[in-house]
Amino acid sequence: MAVGKEIKTKIASVTNTQKITRAMEMVAASKMRKTQERVLAARPYAKKMGQVIRHLAQARSEYKHPYLVERECQRVGVILVSSDRGLCGGLNSNLFRKFVSQLKRWNDEETEVVMASIGSKGESFLGRLGGNVLSSVTHLGETPSVEDIIGVVKTMLNEYNEGKIDRFYIAHNDYVNTMTQSPEITQLLPVHTEELDDQLTHHWDYIYEPDAKEVLDQLLIRYIESLVYQGVLENNACEQAARMVAMKSASDNAGSLIDELQLIYNKARQAAITQELSEIVAGAAAV
Amino acid sequence: MSMTIHVDIVSAEASIYSGLAEMVFAPGELGELGIAPRHAPLVTRLKPGEVRVNTGKEELDFFISGGILEVQPHLVTVLADTAIRAGDLDEAKALEAKKQAEDALADKSSEIDFVKAQAELAEAAAQLQAISRLRKAR
Repeated sequence: MAVGKEIKTKIASVTNTQKITRAMEMVAASKMRKTQERVLAARPYAKKMGQVIRHLAQARSEYKHPYLVERECQRVGVILVSSDRGLCGGLNSNLFRKFVSQLKRWNDEETEVVMASIGSKGESFLGRLGGNVLSSVTHLGETPSVEDIIGVVKTMLNEYNEGKIDRFYIAHNDYVNTMTQSPEITQLLPVHTEELDDQLTHHWDYIYEPDAKEVLDQLLIRYIESLVYQGVLENNACEQAARMVAMKSASDNAGSLIDELQLIYNKARQAAITQELSEIVAGAAAV
Repeated sequence: MSMTIHVDIVSAEASIYSGLAEMVFAPGELGELGIAPRHAPLVTRLKPGEVRVNTGKEELDFFISGGILEVQPHLVTVLADTAIRAGDLDEAKALEAKKQAEDALADKSSEIDFVKAQAELAEAAAQLQAISRLRKAR
């Protein structure tokens, strides 16, 4: 029957789309579980590292590492962590919005900004935004390793060491739960050490081998790397969660669209049958 | 009861070991270290090698590719590196990351275009809002 041909094709194509979104939803759901596990697995290191840094800040050392000392802020560096792929709802644009408003604030304070990006969405966003982009890395995949981010972190740390930036931030999505991801901009350098361990209030210092400077250098670099790595993992978990939710609602929407189209199709078919019948009846009456 | 010390071995990608031990041996940069409970506070870099944990009953071996060791009288923490690290290797990675940014943003201007960025983001936000409104209306 010719009547519902277009509608039928449309239903078929929406059904295909729905199949794809449903598959993507399920893929994202299983990846989300894995990325969450990875976030949890990386947490002990960051926590232990934080603990050691806090101890260090309390030790009465004669050597003060530049990463622990506040200086007057004229220029800042910031790493923008984003996803590599789209189709994850408003995840990236929420983060970018927060990032831009922070940039604006720095701009008003006449603070210069040096940027770096992790993830291809952020890279192309910074490309459109303009500004001083120092370094970038993309396509870390679902299992990013610390090695992947060393380069980007290193360029920023070099800037910091040379005194070209006075503060160092990271902008990423924080994983709250499956439904909620909150964009955050956190300061990495200089290291904040406010929470103190009560047990260690007496006067003491570490034995450093080979010496304080070298050990602290390595320790603090690892600390910053672990924080950035943690940010990347969090962002990854956020991406999968956001994609799962987005794809779920896309599948639901496709379902209701199919229902509506089916109803229209049935009505059109019924109307055609009725019309045909009445034509036959009228024809018979005329004879 | 013999004295014990708490040991944590962690790397950035996973927690490797956590538990009590009577003695811990680690490959310090200036030579192998043996750490017994109530050791003086110490931080040192570690060479690639084996960390051995003596729990009194058995001896556990963990291979690490370098890292940092922190000792408190009641606590030993090994922060293990996950990859082989060397200064020039890090530098090469930094250069690579720089190059990628330069390649990707070949035609960028050095001024931040706030107006454009905000317009773009406002558009994205409006789209999202419209979608959620449509969803509610249905």
